[in-house]
Amino acid sequence: MIIGKIKDGIVLDHIQAGKGMDIYNLLNLSKLDCQVALIKNAESKKMGKKDILKIDRLIDMNLDVIGYVDPGVTVNYIEDGKLVKRKHLELPEEITGVIKCKNPRCITTIEQELPHVFRLVDREKKIYRCIYCETQGSNI
Amino acid sequence: MKHLIDINDLSTQEIDEMIAVAGDIIEHPEKYCEKCKNKKLATLFYEPSTRTRLSFEAAMYELGGNVLGFSEATSSSVAKGESVSDTVRTVGAYADIIAMRHPKEGAPVAAIRRATVPLINAGDGGHNHPTQTLTDLLTISREKGRLDNMTVGLCGDLKFGRTVHSLINAMSRYEGIKFVLIAPDELRIPDYVREEVLEKNGIEYVETTDLEGSMPQLDILYMTRVQRERFFNEEDYMRLKDSYILTPDKLENAKEDLSILHPLPRVNEISVAVDDDPRAAYFRQVEYGKYIRMALILKLLEVK
Repeated sequence: MIIGKIKDGIVLDHIQAGKGMDIYNLLNLSKLDCQVALIKNAESKKMGKKDILKIDRLIDMNLDVIGYVDPGVTVNYIEDGKLVKRKHLELPEEITGVIKCKNPRCITTIEQELPHVFRLVDREKKIYRCIYCETQGSNI
Repeated sequence: MKHLIDINDLSTQEIDEMIAVAGDIIEHPEKYCEKCKNKKLATLFYEPSTRTRLSFEAAMYELGGNVLGFSEATSSSVAKGESVSDTVRTVGAYADIIAMRHPKEGAPVAAIRRATVPLINAGDGGHNHPTQTLTDLLTISREKGRLDNMTVGLCGDLKFGRTVHSLINAMSRYEGIKFVLIAPDELRIPDYVREEVLEKNGIEYVETTDLEGSMPQLDILYMTRVQRERFFNEEDYMRLKDSYILTPDKLENAKEDLSILHPLPRVNEISVAVDDDPRAAYFRQVEYGKYIRMALILKLLEVK
């Protein structure tokens, strides 16, 4: 399958196979009016299979969201058809508005405008806790 | 500006300093009776907790300060739907320091986002209650003359008892502490306390269901209540409840210098027959609660 090169845009590479759609949804890419390609199960020497997202525009995106869903993703910035920057992600220290606290006793249940913020407490086990009530966040 | 939301907001050095100040208040109360003259403490109690509120109020009055506030949410603007952050910001215009009790977990973290004066968490649901932990630490320090090198027995509801989790967390900072965790299987310490506090810090501990058998090794016995509503069936509760009620005969093999603590209120988990035993420290603990709150108010107001 051939998907053309992009001139100015972003390529999210090395997405774990199956997680491309999650990232697509979390980044609200359906709202963009430019070309967006999601390639599922692309062949990869390193990973066996991987997903790739190509966005035909340089947009501001919440890298913390991507890092939380899949810290192995590589973000490639393309300008004028050339790779100008590559970012390797890692688990963010803090994520806001990505996951919601499910503790019915948490203050966020009664104060609607409070942002749902989770802080990384164990990088190895990928454990995040709500900054208010410390309840462990559940994965997306 | 410093707040106290969680006992972990305080370094061991800060805790030790406050214990020393509380000790000085006990020895020389006259030195402190005007330290907070013209200062006001606001007690924002979104749920009733008479003893904690009175302890804070007594602490402020003994420092020569004044107190204002509310003792239930129905009488406050929160009944109209105001956020805790707005309430605390508003009250900051009237008071120099705030003590807040709220039924929702994490409410103080939300509250301090716009706070203009120091805020003390006086309990947020079943989550944190740092001034109870400070009270427990002062009590242990006063009763034993130290906070290190001792065996601490925690008995009763170790699953839901927030005071227990917080005390384990705080005591784990000191050298040579061993915990004996005495609870029915249904109410054992949660995994996250075992893994993230005890095992992570290499703290020695044993888990047992046997209160009497553990007694001879204990320097401190911290009792909590085993509540009927924590059990799935009445049968289990009836079978277990008496094992975790402290009576004089269970103390027969205890050390002469054991100290018995309880966060209070007590229902029936310590027999009144134990009250006259000199090892019963729980009513002295109540008084220490006032002194450590005095020390905390002085610290957060930066009064020397």
